[in-house]
Formats: sequence, C-alpha cells, structure tokens
Amino acid sequence: MSIHEKYDLGVVKWFTIMSVVYLIAGTTIGTYLASELAWPYLNDLGTDWPYFQFGRLRPLHTNAVIFGFGGSALMATAYYIVQRTNQTKLWSNKMAWAQFWTWNIIIISAVITFPLGFTQSKEYAELEWPIDILITLSWAMYLYNFVMTIHIRDRKKVPHVYVANWFFLGMMVMVTYLHVVNNLSIPVDWFKSYSIFSGVQDAMIQWWWGHNAVGFFLTAGFLGMMYYFVPKQAERPVYSYRLSVIHFWALMFGYVWLGAHHLQYTALPDWAGSLGATISLAMIIPSWGGAINGIMTLSGAWERLREDYILRFLIMSLAFYAMSTFEGPVMSSKTVNALSHYTDWTIGHVHSGALGWVLMVSAGSLYHIVQKLYNVQLNQSLLGLHFWSHTIGTVLYIVAMWVSGIMQGLMWRAYDEYGTLAYTFAESVSAMHPYYAMRAAGGALVVLGAIVMLVNIVTTIRKADATVKESKTATA
Amino acid sequence: MAGNNKKESIQVKLEKNIFALYFGTALAVSIAGIVEIVPLFTNSETIKSEVTQADGTVKSLIWQRQEGQSLDDWKPGDGVRPYKPLELAGRDIYQREGCYLCHSQMVRPFRDELERYGHYSLAVESIYDHPMQWGSKRTGPDLARLGGKYSDEWHILHLRHPQALVPESVMPKYRFLDDAKVDPESIKERMIAMTHIGVPYTEQDIESAAKTEGKTEMQAMVAYLQSLGNHIEFEKGVVYRE
Repeated sequence: MSIHEKYDLGVVKWFTIMSVVYLIAGTTIGTYLASELAWPYLNDLGTDWPYFQFGRLRPLHTNAVIFGFGGSALMATAYYIVQRTNQTKLWSNKMAWAQFWTWNIIIISAVITFPLGFTQSKEYAELEWPIDILITLSWAMYLYNFVMTIHIRDRKKVPHVYVANWFFLGMMVMVTYLHVVNNLSIPVDWFKSYSIFSGVQDAMIQWWWGHNAVGFFLTAGFLGMMYYFVPKQAERPVYSYRLSVIHFWALMFGYVWLGAHHLQYTALPDWAGSLGATISLAMIIPSWGGAINGIMTLSGAWERLREDYILRFLIMSLAFYAMSTFEGPVMSSKTVNALSHYTDWTIGHVHSGALGWVLMVSAGSLYHIVQKLYNVQLNQSLLGLHFWSHTIGTVLYIVAMWVSGIMQGLMWRAYDEYGTLAYTFAESVSAMHPYYAMRAAGGALVVLGAIVMLVNIVTTIRKADATVKESKTATA
Repeated sequence: MAGNNKKESIQVKLEKNIFALYFGTALAVSIAGIVEIVPLFTNSETIKSEVTQADGTVKSLIWQRQEGQSLDDWKPGDGVRPYKPLELAGRDIYQREGCYLCHSQMVRPFRDELERYGHYSLAVESIYDHPMQWGSKRTGPDLARLGGKYSDEWHILHLRHPQALVPESVMPKYRFLDDAKVDPESIKERMIAMTHIGVPYTEQDIESAAKTEGKTEMQAMVAYLQSLGNHIEFEKGVVYRE
C-alpha cells in the first residue's frame, strides 16, 4: 500500500506549496520595507498613494511571514507528523480541507485590508475583528482535528504519543488563549474596533501575546518539526528522551512569563518586568537542552552533513536556535535592555530567530516531506544554492542590525564634554543608512533562496506527477 | 528517588492519553498569566492616580470634571482626560497609518530621555488609550511629550514633506491627509463605542463631535499630536513613580 492510500496527504502537499508561496510574498515585502528605510522615496510609489508606505505594508510583512508562511508550514507538518507518528489517517480529511481554505482566505484578506489601512494597531495582531473570528474558527478546526487524530490511533500499535506531537499540541493550546484574549475588542463597524483593554494592562496583554507568538507559534510548533524531521532525516532516534520531557514542560511553563521583558523601564510596574527578565534568563537552560537534543541526534553521523543539504538546513537551524535563545535572555537583562530597547538590535534578534531558526527548520522539513510524498530526490544544486543564498543573506541581515542597533543605542545616550546630548535624533537616523542598505541586500538574498525553493519543489512535483501518469497509461 | 519515579509515571500516563496531555499542558501555560497579568487588573498600585505634591497636599492626576464642564473647559496640566472628538479622529488616523511602528510613546526614566523628550511616562497617562500606543521601536523619535513642542504649521509642513524640514528623515509623506475629510457621524459612533469600555464621555461630549464637520484628516492628526503628553503638569522634586 502506498503512503497516499494509507494517509491523507493532499492537504499536506497544498499547505507545503502555499507556505513557500507566502514565504516569497512575505520576504519580498520585507525587502521592500527594508529598502524604504534606506531610500525613503520608495514610499511614494504613485502620487500620494498611501498603499505602499511603510506604516501600511509593515503589518502585511509580519502577518504574511508569521501566519502565511509560518502558519502554513505548521499546518503542513502537523497534518503530516500526526498521521505518520500515530499510523492513522486524519480524523477528518474534510475538516482539514475546510481549515486549508479558511486559512488561505485569512491570508488573502490580510493582503487586501492592510494596504487599505484596516488595523487594530496591535503588533502581530493587526487584523480586524471579523478576520480574527475566522482565525479562531480555522484554528479550532486545526486543534480539534489534530487531537482527534491522536485519539483514534490504534493504541496497541502506538501506545505513547510521540514527542513531536506534544510540542504541536502545546503550541495549539497556547495560541488559542493568546489569540482570543489579546483580540477582545468592541466593534464600531465592520472595519474598526477598539481593544477592550487600555494602557498598562493592554501593554502587558499585547506583549504576553507578542512574545508568545514567538515562543509558541514560532518556537514550540517548529520544535515539533525538529523532533520529527531531524531524527527522520538523520535516520537515528532522538538523542535523549529525558531531555525531551524536560525541554517540553520547561518550555510550556516557562515561556509564557517572558512577555513582560518587552516593557522594562516603562510604566509597567517594575516587579512584572523584573519577573519576566529573571525567567527569561532561566530559559537559556531548557532552550539549550533542546538544541543539544536536536544536534546530538546526529552524533556519530556527522559526515552526512557533507552531502545532505536537507540535514544541513536542519542542523544550521538548531545552531541559530541556540544563538537566539542565548541572545534573547541577554537582551532582556536590565542593563542591556536599557540600551537595546527601541533599537534595530531587536529587529536583528527577531530575524536571527525567524530567518535562522524558523525558516531553516521549515525548509528542511518541507523538503523532506516533498521527497517522501513523491519518493524522489530534489535537485541537489538548487538545494545548495538555496542553502548558501539563505545563510549569507541571514548573516548579512543580522550583522547589519547588530551594528546599527548598538550604534543607535550609544548615539542616543552619548554626551559631549559640556554635558549636553552629543547627537540629535536626526543624526542617528542618517548614520543608519549604510546598515539599512546592507540589510536590504541580505533580505534580497533570502528572497532569492525562497524563489529557488519554490522552483525546486514545483518542478520536482511536476516531474513526479508526469512519471506516475506515464506508468498509468503504460499499464492501461 | 521515590519522587522521581512518581513523576515519571505521571508523564507516562499523560503520554498515553491525549486528553490528559491536553489539560496538563493547558494548566502549565496558564500559571504565568494568572501570576503576571491578573494582578495588573486587581492591584490599585498598578496605576497611580494620585500624587503627593511638594506642599504635602494630595492631587489627582486624572481630570476631575465639574458638573456641566465640557472637554473644551480642560486646560493643559488639569490631569488626564479623554480625547476630544477631533483628537480621537486623529488618533484613529495615527493607527491607520501605522505610526506606532516607528514612533514610541513611552519615555523611560533615563537622563538622556528626560533631556531629549521630557518627563518619563506614567501608567495613568494612557488609561484612555484603547489600545495603547507605547510602541516598541524608535525609527523616529518618541512622541509621548510632543504636544505643544512645535506649532500647528510646523506639523502640517512636516507631515506633507518631512524631508523639507528634517533632511535626514526617512518618514513617508502624508500629503493625502489634506484631501480627506473626517466624518462626524463615524466619530460619534466611535465615541459611543468608547463609553462601553470605560471611557467617561458625556452625552454633551458625543454631541460635540458634530463640530468636526468640514475638518480635514490633516487637522485631526495635528490636533491629536498636539494633545500628547501635556495632560499632567509635572512638579520638580515630586515622586510620580517608585
């Protein structure tokens, strides 16, 4: 029996393709935004058109990459992993397809509503209330189908739920909480609402959402991918089961506290910010435990990194995961935060996680799925081109933001010998220009890599489909 | 260790029952929110609304409106008040254009920020901000204390063409705000919505939205920017935040 008869893989294939499509769209918009900061006249495409200005496009960039690309990647992999590890078809293939269509409608409505200026102005939760309700519906279908698929497994064959599923489950549960609470608002009309929270409470809830969009949506779910695809691609079991258990529970319990570190020295009570920062520091331990667990899975098979590009993506992603989970706690400590907050360093940190960790682990996982789905090899030189283009682009991006971020922080607080501020704000803006240009170049390399990825996947799938058709006509 | 064995057996039980794992996880992720967020709603210290002045008297930081007073009777320094109709329209435009993505409205208690922007921000200053506009990034400068720093004319010229006044600026041009008019009916509806979430607008305030008839979005935006940060009159030597 082929895997296509044994499992529901159509929805997996289409989420995989849409994920890469949204990746190209999201990173292209991101690169355009980066260019606008380097060359501001790009804001004025069309006379007096607001539609391409930074303030309107930026939410589209973040939502397209987080929910369009990241969300679709999470859905493709969750539907794949939950079937493979529980050796059963989906509880409902129809519901999975309904979830696919609603999710895509959500992303398309983001593409339409953001340039028109419909926004709640809550970072990473800008979509207006009717779309938020649709997200809740789509997400509930995703969660329910996932849980029920595990529930209907044959318990004699699969007594234990595999670790990758725990991480996906944790992500789904937490994101439900976050999305619903953070978006509570009172509608004025179809396109405008006001958050029911205000001021300091709104700030805390916003960053409880904001940091856990990173911690759960972009970390826990992607760790689920890591726990399945790294062992599969390396053809070895996970390095340590015990470490997985610790990693999981520490992440579930600990990550949720961190949001407050975004609000240090603000009008949020000091105890909350300090609590957030303290737990952030403690989170280095489980995060590194997880990274070690993934990387050491390869122990004894290191030579495979030489010829296996998919494995390279996966292992490089874990190196970036380790790096950004170290950088994060450092930035949340009060002394560093006083300098780094409000600067480009934060943007650099997010992108070392997003480009280095999330994108690379997804690329490795989605490539693996395509090879399994069609029992084919992807084009190796295109894989290599994607890997190097993406890695160089990411490093350029991060380095540019380190330099510009720290420079901004230092310029803002610098005093001259007379005890007056050494620089005007405008001087700090013009000093950023070369780094903004460098960041745009890094972004362009990431876009190039994403296009290469789509070409490689689509041509491979089409070739495989053609072979299947040929063999069918031959037998007929 | 006996405790260790017991813990492992719970783990194994959870691994075998997806619903148990579901509730275990839901519990684990709830604790932080209960400890960190709930007290912000229940503890009155979170938003200090009164301050002890230098002469020992206690003063409210929130505007104490007298019977029959309208929003126009408020003077800078009288205390935090809800936005006037035109300012609220401006604030909605501020959100629509994504200004919060590049400008913070939260001054931190550092010497350089005091000199560059003004007195550090207080929690009470954003009680009527649904949602807050504290921001997370300063591609441009902080705006929490912008009100009254520049003239209306300066703001209009700057919004139309930022680089004409600040050559280094990377800010987009907002000339189109001159061409669009605000809609008094819509502002009225928005104010009514605000009253449902705790903003103390009177019927008289809501009726006064009609006065915004004929105003441009540019005028609304400038009105909003001029209202930022001058609600409280800060006295030297008084502790506003521990």
